[in-house]
Amino acid sequence: MKEFIEFISNNIQIVYIIILAVFVGVEVIKSIPAVLHTPLMSGANALSGVVIVGAILVMLHSDPMDYLALALGFVAVFLGILNVVGGFAVTNRMLAMFKKKK
Amino acid sequence: MSVTLSIIYLIATVTFVVGLKKLGHPDTAKSGNLIAAIGMALAIIGTIFIHDLEVPTIIYVLIGIAIFIGSLVGWLIAIKVEMTKMPELVSLFNGFGGASAALIGIVEFGNADIKNIDVTIVATILSAIIIGAITFSGSLMAWGKLNGSVKSVIKIPQYNIINNLFIVSILGLATYVVLGNVDSSLILYALLAGGLVYGVLFVMPIGGADMPVVISLLNSLTGIAAAITGVLYDNMVMLVGGILVGSAGIILTIAMCVAMNRTLASVIFGSFTSAASDQEGGNKALGSIKSTTASDSAIMMNYASNVIIVPGYGLAVAQAQHVIHELEDLLTAKGVNVKYAIHPVAGRMPGHMNVLLAESNVEYEMLVEMEDINPQFNNTDVVLVVGANDVVNPAAHNDPASPIYGMPILDVENAKHIVVNKRSMNAGYAGIENELFYNSKTSMLFGDAKKVLTDLVAELKNM
Repeated sequence: MKEFIEFISNNIQIVYIIILAVFVGVEVIKSIPAVLHTPLMSGANALSGVVIVGAILVMLHSDPMDYLALALGFVAVFLGILNVVGGFAVTNRMLAMFKKKK
Repeated sequence: MSVTLSIIYLIATVTFVVGLKKLGHPDTAKSGNLIAAIGMALAIIGTIFIHDLEVPTIIYVLIGIAIFIGSLVGWLIAIKVEMTKMPELVSLFNGFGGASAALIGIVEFGNADIKNIDVTIVATILSAIIIGAITFSGSLMAWGKLNGSVKSVIKIPQYNIINNLFIVSILGLATYVVLGNVDSSLILYALLAGGLVYGVLFVMPIGGADMPVVISLLNSLTGIAAAITGVLYDNMVMLVGGILVGSAGIILTIAMCVAMNRTLASVIFGSFTSAASDQEGGNKALGSIKSTTASDSAIMMNYASNVIIVPGYGLAVAQAQHVIHELEDLLTAKGVNVKYAIHPVAGRMPGHMNVLLAESNVEYEMLVEMEDINPQFNNTDVVLVVGANDVVNPAAHNDPASPIYGMPILDVENAKHIVVNKRSMNAGYAGIENELFYNSKTSMLFGDAKKVLTDLVAELKNM
């Protein structure tokens, strides 16, 4: 419990950011038409690929002699960018089909 | 962290919020996706180049290779895959994100001096590993279920209790590591394995038609894993981006459940399936069905003035979206007024049917949503139901004992004639009988959707 309170007081800014971001996420998604559920899910999926930033940081901080960390970091970057590029490309492809016929 | 990078992250975060917002409206969705993608690219490039670390060239090369190959593979998969396979693809990509988070956690656990660092950091690392592992194996499982390579729906009594005990023991072990500052790679791998197994156990009992909800939920979890990793690096773009996806994902999951008249709990714990199986055997005396031929149905539609097409899951599975458009074009050319009635959960995912029909160039205006089309069935001569079942089952209105009672449906029974195309008399996803098929106005047109529609088109061309 002591650690928990300490954590909150040390990271009060992060706690604020998390709570506000939760509300932003909820508000942004509220009352969207069912038609867009699938593309929206796909777009959100691409955004969750932001984890790649962490994967890049892992590699930047790695010792070039630490092969295990490098290998894991490499795979993490690869999978992360796959999530990002694939996610945005699929969403774009889905949405391209919504254009109206002239 | 340099000021430049902070500003880049700030811009990226704003693009994520604006992008998500725009994705929620049909007119702006495409630009929303593009804006978010640009923000993401900025964040990635900024992270690689703006820092004051001494980084050997070889590491830059490795990062470059990983990004190049990953982008190429991701892009190719995304543009090659058929539209009907989209849902499982989203799941697959989501699993990769989860795996990435888990790998980051593993490396950081190895780097950290577990015995002497703050417990909150250990907790953060372990959460990233466990959540990442769950989303990875769970998403792969959902992917397998949707593409048909994993077929079984395991039903063991007390399955949920076993499942819950399992996750509680994982959390217990994690708590022990965190509070005791235990530096053991054995326990770390046990937690990783536990997360992977739990992801499989979690998705295993859930039926194929509920997979969209599960994918959305797992997607939200990946966001949370990204946010947790963001806390670890004190990285704002990961933190805010992850939390955004996490909370938006939960809301989207709930919206999908509402569209299907389900609760999240019933999807996860499968109360629906058991209610449906109790129902079996109770519905025998519904009368007889009347089957018809393609040429009779074609004649009926040829001389109708208003026709509504109700596309469903069966149409998506049979890949019949192009043929149906051909049929609709032919009828329109013959002066028939044709519309599509789109149930919110038609297809394999909410909104999926719209994507499929749009792919075969059906005009956006012809797709009419449930609330708008329901009053129109009264003036409709022929309704053609293609591979839809539960979404047109009148039991949702009439039978309080039915598991789908209360679910919003398309009121096709109000039309003058109903032609139902189905492969067989097998029950739909909910496992219940559909009295619509026994209605005196209904004719059944059995066969694979693509085959039957092709026959209909051929018949119409000869008229």
